[in-house]
Amino acid sequence: MAQKHLVIDPITRIEGHLRIEAIIDENNVVTDAYSSSTMFRGIEEILKGRDPRDCGLLAMRICGVCTGTHYQRSIEAVEHAFNITIPKNARLVRNLIQGALYLHDHIVHFYHLHALDWVDITEALKADPKATVAEAQKWASVSGHRPWNANEDVYAAVQERVTKYVKQGRLGIFGNAYWGSKGFKLTPEQNLIGLSHYLDALELQRDLAKMMAIFGGKNPHPQSFVVGGVTCVQDIKNPARIAEFKQILKRGQKFTKEAYLPDVYMAGTMYADEALEGIGGGIGNYMSYGDFRLDDTSFYESAKLFPSGIVKNRDLSKVFDIDQTKITEDVTHSWYEGATNLHPFDGVTKPNYTGFGKKEDNVAYLDTTKKYSWIKSPLYNDERMEVGPLARMIVGVARGDERISKYVTTFLKNGNLPTKVLFSTVGRTAARAIETELMADVMMEWVDELASNVAHGDLSTWTEFNFDNVSKEAQGYGMAEAPRGGLGHWIKIKDGKVVNYQAVVPSTWNAAPRDYKGRMGAYESSLVGTKVANPDQPLEILRTVHSFDPCIACAVHIIDTNGKELGVYKVDPIGGTSRA
Amino acid sequence: MIDSTQMVKKVFTQKSGRVETNKGEVYYNTLFAKAKQRLKTLRAQEPLKDIDMMDIIDSEGINRRDFMKWVSATTATLMLPPMFAPLVAEATELMNRVPVIWIELQDCAGNSEALLRSSAPTVDDLLFDVLSLEFHETLQACAGFDADKQLEEAVEHFKGKYLLFVEGAIPMGMNGQYGTIGASGETFHEHLMRMSKDAAAVVAVGTCATFGGIPAAAPNPTGAVGVMDLVKGKPVVNIPACPANPANMVGVILHFVLTGQIPELDSLLRPKFAFGYRIHDNCERRAHFDAGEFVEEWGDEGAKNNFCLYKVGCKGPMTFNNCSIVRYNEGTNWPIGVGRGCIGCSEPDFWDKYAYERPMANAKIKAPTGGVEKTVDEFGLGLLTATAVGIGVHAVASIVAGKKSNEGEEK
Repeated sequence: MAQKHLVIDPITRIEGHLRIEAIIDENNVVTDAYSSSTMFRGIEEILKGRDPRDCGLLAMRICGVCTGTHYQRSIEAVEHAFNITIPKNARLVRNLIQGALYLHDHIVHFYHLHALDWVDITEALKADPKATVAEAQKWASVSGHRPWNANEDVYAAVQERVTKYVKQGRLGIFGNAYWGSKGFKLTPEQNLIGLSHYLDALELQRDLAKMMAIFGGKNPHPQSFVVGGVTCVQDIKNPARIAEFKQILKRGQKFTKEAYLPDVYMAGTMYADEALEGIGGGIGNYMSYGDFRLDDTSFYESAKLFPSGIVKNRDLSKVFDIDQTKITEDVTHSWYEGATNLHPFDGVTKPNYTGFGKKEDNVAYLDTTKKYSWIKSPLYNDERMEVGPLARMIVGVARGDERISKYVTTFLKNGNLPTKVLFSTVGRTAARAIETELMADVMMEWVDELASNVAHGDLSTWTEFNFDNVSKEAQGYGMAEAPRGGLGHWIKIKDGKVVNYQAVVPSTWNAAPRDYKGRMGAYESSLVGTKVANPDQPLEILRTVHSFDPCIACAVHIIDTNGKELGVYKVDPIGGTSRA
Repeated sequence: MIDSTQMVKKVFTQKSGRVETNKGEVYYNTLFAKAKQRLKTLRAQEPLKDIDMMDIIDSEGINRRDFMKWVSATTATLMLPPMFAPLVAEATELMNRVPVIWIELQDCAGNSEALLRSSAPTVDDLLFDVLSLEFHETLQACAGFDADKQLEEAVEHFKGKYLLFVEGAIPMGMNGQYGTIGASGETFHEHLMRMSKDAAAVVAVGTCATFGGIPAAAPNPTGAVGVMDLVKGKPVVNIPACPANPANMVGVILHFVLTGQIPELDSLLRPKFAFGYRIHDNCERRAHFDAGEFVEEWGDEGAKNNFCLYKVGCKGPMTFNNCSIVRYNEGTNWPIGVGRGCIGCSEPDFWDKYAYERPMANAKIKAPTGGVEKTVDEFGLGLLTATAVGIGVHAVASIVAGKKSNEGEEK
């Protein structure tokens, strides 16, 4: 048989429920791919009729991984509707909690969700601990750092621990994996570095999450944001709290520079051939909404750490401004009825679950000629977009943003890599690491800014507003970035209650199925051209899909099961005032 | 969406649900002997992983004294007298004799993330040594058919012995097709029934798996329900909260190792050791409640002085959980500590009954005697002369009197 039809369900090491189907040719190269989400909750429908001040808490539960991002976007949408600008302390606290999330999320993604696509644990057991130290030094020195661990006893202990674990026969979550696949290219010593950092990062992420708990109460699902500001006045008043935050941040920063970035250099170099070929490149259009306010003007007027914009066809010489009215959603291949290519808030959304297509040998296949996912296909100006850390870095560079350009250029220069390496699976993974370093550094500035502001006697954390007056009729949106890319929440309020609520999230852009013109979504498009070493072990497919850091519970939530119209909602361009 | 009169009345008049912690010498002596026998049997079993707890403790850079400190804290968390401490220590070592299979349904992975924050035992120990975690989608190395195979092999190998942890609700609308898993397109409902069939017990983690949680919030678009609505004829333990506290997840496993049984449960199938406490009874801001000192607006003087959060919507008085004792992220903080207040996330239907920014007292309800809708505060004031009815009244009375009020009936 010339062609093979692969079904990978569940895609593990992600958030949510995702299925990938891929067609491979006689050379085991992917010629076609389909991305489908198989789970659905309906959170926007649940938000209707509630008090807008309560929406953040519910919207946060869209996701337990990028927890806190949906919370903030939802609250910003309400603040935008009510025309509230939050105090400086509140802005800094939110930046710090979101920044901590980026740090935590990117590190957990690379080591616990993505690393096992690069690192072969069984090979690590063959490594020489002494040579491993030299190898670690080599990659850390690329950016002028000492390695996170330069002690051969530690590497030997990791080997011993894992050897013991393997010998016991029950591999648990590491069982039945693709160990030994030709798709793994690292040397035994490099694998041991990766494995050792996998364990260190498990421990570290626990601490990094504490940063969110210090000002957020707990993680996952922090609880200190309210419409108008934050509640954690006691915690910012307390110098011990600030010091604790800073101490954890320092450790995260150190790990990023001494382990995370060097490991990305290492993997990037070992997979440079694929990266240069553009394997995993995908659509080539990148969009960033922009995020992290750097001053205290209103949300859409502030200078931002990440600028907004669109780069098309990998052409860094041009950046386009975002005009939000140009966002449309298409349901040709999604389990919904209705006209296609409409603005998300002008359309009618009716579920139309058509299920799977043919079923053979207890395998149900997607009916890819028709509808095959709970995710819609968002378009910008009738074009498909990729969002995420790579898009943020690319837009930042194209915008000439000094800080971002510096980090990206330094990375490429140190690693001796051309810019085009970015447009690949490796590039997507590298961009996330670059962003983590940038974030850790800038957070240090924010903590000091917060401490100094409080020390100067500013304890204001909340902007007062008269709810009854502002909530008679209002609408607004929170459009900014989540770790996985551009995230927008839109809200329409009448007589103190939510009448319409919508969220278009990063993984909707990336994990979407085909559109009405048959053009692929970002996951799908990035898989085409990938060679799979062994079709029974679709390691390479997982690697590329994981490079997007899928977050599928986020991507699927817009529905009205009763088939009611979701209503009409006009959205004004970014920067405009959209209050009724 | 706002609660019924009956519900509010019940909440405001119920007595504290504090459990009787001392069950008497005879009970404990019997349990002790039983636990000892159980551990002996477990030890005789072929180990899934051969571990030396002291080795692990050493590798963590902590000493035996720290470990024993953790053991005695955990013994107390499990509501057992100190004599059980050596058994708890032994049970920790034997924890991996009880395999755990973790499945995710209509979820947000928040409880999986919470498990990753476990500090005692630490998460890498949990994954590699202490737990025998046979399957966990978010951490699993393999995918697709290989993941299915891994899961099935574990179920087959540990038939009747494993604890099935379930995260996420089960959508029952549209014949369950709002959620499917695996190559065969099995619905979440079918998946849960198949996986729970051979489990020793089923542990529902987080409020979605226990009571339906957010997908089940009004109008419950997908017909979501919790595990206990579907799994029958099998022990079910509920560990609600959004997300559940990892200390309570470890607690349930330890208890199972120690006794071979699930812990004592309340009427909502929650372990009493964790959910026998009312947040309000152990709250660090309780003194301010009693003194009638409240935060009236976010960021006001009260907020700067850690006053009681009841009037800005704290649901601590209606919520049973041990967060005021255990807190979150290794005791770093908790929602009341951070000045926001409790949203009641371990209670059934909390999204529709509790989780709003104003106190229960501001919910518009009809008085039992009929008439116009009033807030609970107003309603409470009306009844004040007849009888003291608890929290809502208590808070109002504190303000009205402007001084420390009478103790409410909840004490």
